[in-house]
Amino acid sequence: MPDRGRGQDAVLATARGVRSFVLLVLGTLRDLLPIIGVIAFFQVFVIQEPFPNWREILTGLLMVMLGLALFIQGLQMGLFPLGESMADAFARKGNLWLLLIFAFGLGFGTTVAEPALIAVAGEAAEAVADAGVIAATEDAMEEYADGLRYTVALAVGAALVLGVLRILKGWPLHFIIMGGYLVIVLLTLVAPAEIVGIAYDSGGVTTSTVTVPLVTALGIGLASAIRGRNPLTDGFGLIAFASLTPIAFVLVYGMVI
Amino acid sequence: MPALLTDFLDSLLATIVDVLPIAFIVLTFQLAVLRKVPPSPVRLAVGFAYVVLGLSLFLLGLERALFPLGETMARQLTSPEVIGVAEGQSVDWTAYLWVYAFAAAIGFATTVAEPALIAVALKAGEVSGGTLKPWGLRLAVAVGVGLSIAVGTFRIVTGTPLVMYMVVGYVLVVIQTFFAPRMIIPLAYDSGGVTTSTVTVPLVMATGLGLAATVPGRSPVLDGFGLIALASLFPMITVMAYAQFSTWLNARRKPVRDKETS
Repeated sequence: MPDRGRGQDAVLATARGVRSFVLLVLGTLRDLLPIIGVIAFFQVFVIQEPFPNWREILTGLLMVMLGLALFIQGLQMGLFPLGESMADAFARKGNLWLLLIFAFGLGFGTTVAEPALIAVAGEAAEAVADAGVIAATEDAMEEYADGLRYTVALAVGAALVLGVLRILKGWPLHFIIMGGYLVIVLLTLVAPAEIVGIAYDSGGVTTSTVTVPLVTALGIGLASAIRGRNPLTDGFGLIAFASLTPIAFVLVYGMVI
Repeated sequence: MPALLTDFLDSLLATIVDVLPIAFIVLTFQLAVLRKVPPSPVRLAVGFAYVVLGLSLFLLGLERALFPLGETMARQLTSPEVIGVAEGQSVDWTAYLWVYAFAAAIGFATTVAEPALIAVALKAGEVSGGTLKPWGLRLAVAVGVGLSIAVGTFRIVTGTPLVMYMVVGYVLVVIQTFFAPRMIIPLAYDSGGVTTSTVTVPLVMATGLGLAATVPGRSPVLDGFGLIALASLFPMITVMAYAQFSTWLNARRKPVRDKETS
């Protein structure tokens, strides 16, 4: 009897799980409705052409829905608890240096291999070679692109270190960010013109879809684990640092090279 | 169907390679430094697998369904035939009204579907204990991105310097920071960096580059970028404005409640 009861419970739990996942998949329609609407509107009313291969589009949309639902489910089960439990464990251990090394490693490690950054660095090297700043040889360009990539990775690592320190010390975010912008404006005035566009773009490409939830959960976990910190006002802000420092670091890189 | 399967495996492999450094760093610190197994490790691993699987499906679906259509559309809308001008002739900025409309709409729509933003909004709703609505936050960010892309395309058409727009934006951010509710500020700053990701960048870049290539006197290299920079700036403004607006609304609804902020 107890076995059957447990079996029934398991079946019920599975059914509940399946039901909530189906609801989650259907819920993603709301997230995708605007983009479907925009493309359909412009296709039909402005460009005035019929939809090409709509079957392909339909299967693609189903995949997008399913993928988004899985991602959200995975966030709640995996990435969020992981970031928070690690933050908690670091806070318990009470070793500041280990935490800072972890923050740096996370920032540097996730950025240096980021495909978007590799692509941007390659294009930047070409642009700079065209402008005649470096020699237009394969070696020189590769060296420049690698240098740029490591600079950005270093910047993101430094951003997370600074951001974690801010959470621990309770420094107000806006003064640091505004100071950062001031530094960037001043650097823009003295940096060579070719690097400015690359620098401003590199701030945007560094924060990937997997890094963002993990880093957010880490910040909130730290702010919750430390007494006197508010998760909302102290926990957020790590991403802001990570999109700010690459601009400054790349501008400096452009001045040094 | 086999082609679909190999496409899926390619996408999965790319995502795994993308996630590998994160997994490596997290595992190293978890096992070697913290020396503690996190609570319910199986659940964590399954969640991690869901994220990887979900992202690969998501990206593959986008590449099959939305990106080709969106990119063709961006090219067609910015082409001289649709705009109605002859090649090489200088044009009035009003000839591009459809382009601004498309830019705003596509910026808004892609941001609503951005997974990283969904993640941050979920977390913000959870942490604030329900006072911040995830959906409202996402709409505020999406409005910001939509505006920024419209302004960015206008800038490309008119050829005005990017720095001007950036400085005005920053000044606005600084002023708002002093007046917006304190709790929203870190979130607003974060939302700038979160928005420009998997869904938004490809379509926005296609619009910007297409436009810079066809507007007489613009070069894709010099004028094509800058959309992303604006797209990370404007959401800060709209998110703070959203918070200011909701506190104002609440204050009007409950006039009896004493003022909390100084």
